[in-house]
Amino acid sequence: MRFVLPIAVFAAGLAAWELVVRIRDVPPYVLPAPSVIFLTLIKDWAVLSQSLAVTLLTTLEGFIAASIGGIALALLFNQSKWVEYTLFPYAVVLQVTPVIAIAPLLLIYLEQQTAVVVCAFIVAFFPVLSNTTLGLNSVDRNLAGLFQLYGASPPQTLRFLKLPAALPYILGGLRIAGGLSLIGAVVAEIAAGTAGAGSGLAYRIAESGYRLNIPRMFAALLLLSLAGIVIYGVLALVSHLVLRRWHESALGKEA
Amino acid sequence: MVENRPSPTVEASLTALAVSLRGVTKVYDNGVMALGPLDLAVRKGEFISLLGPSGCGKSTVLRLIAGLSAQSSGTVRMSRHEGPRQPGHGIGFVFQEPTLMPWTSVRENVRLPLRLGGVSKPEGRARADAALASVGLADFADAVPRELSGGMKMRVSLARALVTDPDILLMDEPFAALDEITRFRLNNDLLALWRSLGKTVIFVTHSVFESVYLSQRVVVMTARPGRIQADIRIETVEPRSEEFRTSTAYSDYCRKVSAALAPSYQGQSML
Repeated sequence: MRFVLPIAVFAAGLAAWELVVRIRDVPPYVLPAPSVIFLTLIKDWAVLSQSLAVTLLTTLEGFIAASIGGIALALLFNQSKWVEYTLFPYAVVLQVTPVIAIAPLLLIYLEQQTAVVVCAFIVAFFPVLSNTTLGLNSVDRNLAGLFQLYGASPPQTLRFLKLPAALPYILGGLRIAGGLSLIGAVVAEIAAGTAGAGSGLAYRIAESGYRLNIPRMFAALLLLSLAGIVIYGVLALVSHLVLRRWHESALGKEA
Repeated sequence: MVENRPSPTVEASLTALAVSLRGVTKVYDNGVMALGPLDLAVRKGEFISLLGPSGCGKSTVLRLIAGLSAQSSGTVRMSRHEGPRQPGHGIGFVFQEPTLMPWTSVRENVRLPLRLGGVSKPEGRARADAALASVGLADFADAVPRELSGGMKMRVSLARALVTDPDILLMDEPFAALDEITRFRLNNDLLALWRSLGKTVIFVTHSVFESVYLSQRVVVMTARPGRIQADIRIETVEPRSEEFRTSTAYSDYCRKVSAALAPSYQGQSML
């Protein structure tokens, strides 16, 4: 039922859309029917799939950079309060400044592909950083005391206590970061699209807009949404598989 | 580590001290005097209970002995451990909650102190399994903590404290969260372990009945700042069994301990 209901609503919406477009005879450059969008997706697959690959690669690079950067920075913060006090405000500044406003600057100073990845990184790294920090600070006090009693070294405490305890939080951060890196990549591509050559999906959307190729805009949009859903799904699955034996979030309700 | 040693001849080991506290105080950073001044001597092989109202600093005493917290003044001394160096400096600690790592198996939880102390994996696993067997959980080594009941988790916690073969076992209200029947069973098992292993046990509790049933000495503490109100020896036929729980001697001791405890909570407002 959980899956049937949203799908039923989706199908009904599509049918209504198709019907309205056909009865009113709306031209495709105003609003293309779902069937037209689908046909465009097949017809333009060569172009669109290539763009999809470009965007996904950017997203992946941004995501990996954000994951490594966010976790590494959180570990650094955890080692020393002073480092945290010194650097944390900058992380916040980076987070609260809209990436769409930073992107044009980055495009001036960096090579285009690098700038796009950096944008994806900037948008995505903060949730990883703040979640990992939260996780590292959420270690059970008594367990920490136990490690102290048995003379655990800092690397031992990190490996056997802090990282496993923080894992659910880290995975939660990564799940948010996955979707955000896609957003960052798209925003940067749109900003870059006006500045020069680009071939990601967002660039296709912008380009199709100028050419009034509305069906292709919708087709590209559809692919972006699907990409976002798949990214979220994969990360949620990974998180579930890793935590299913022990963490409350991954256990069934009756367990 | 859990091989059956001959029962400790309690009288013979009464001479040596396991732990001694002299004029120990603890003042929190906010200036609140939490404890003391306190003098306490625990003999080797003795089972003593620290009893007192909540907030009186019973747990703080354990943390001071374990070195998890530093006293503001006074001295805490411990007998030197004989034999090879061991993780935890001869101390095993059982917390109020089971305090297990939920992400790993029961065996790995019990092996943790040895792993931190650099004991090899095969030896550590063997010792962890032996410790689990001693608390009756040999069949649950591969389970994860959430698959166990509250009483079983507490047993795992006890096995982990015993795995290093410590001289002194510090227990901080370990059975407080358990139902009474489970608690009675764990009480008996703990007494049996104490008799066979000959450890010094310092047991913090807020239950008069539990303290009288388990220990050779009940040390009653006052409300904050915790000092010693009374030091009551519990003498009865050893080994103790369920019969002691229903004997008149038991209820006499309970009455005596309760009377000693009364001043620490009477006159205090419920708020």
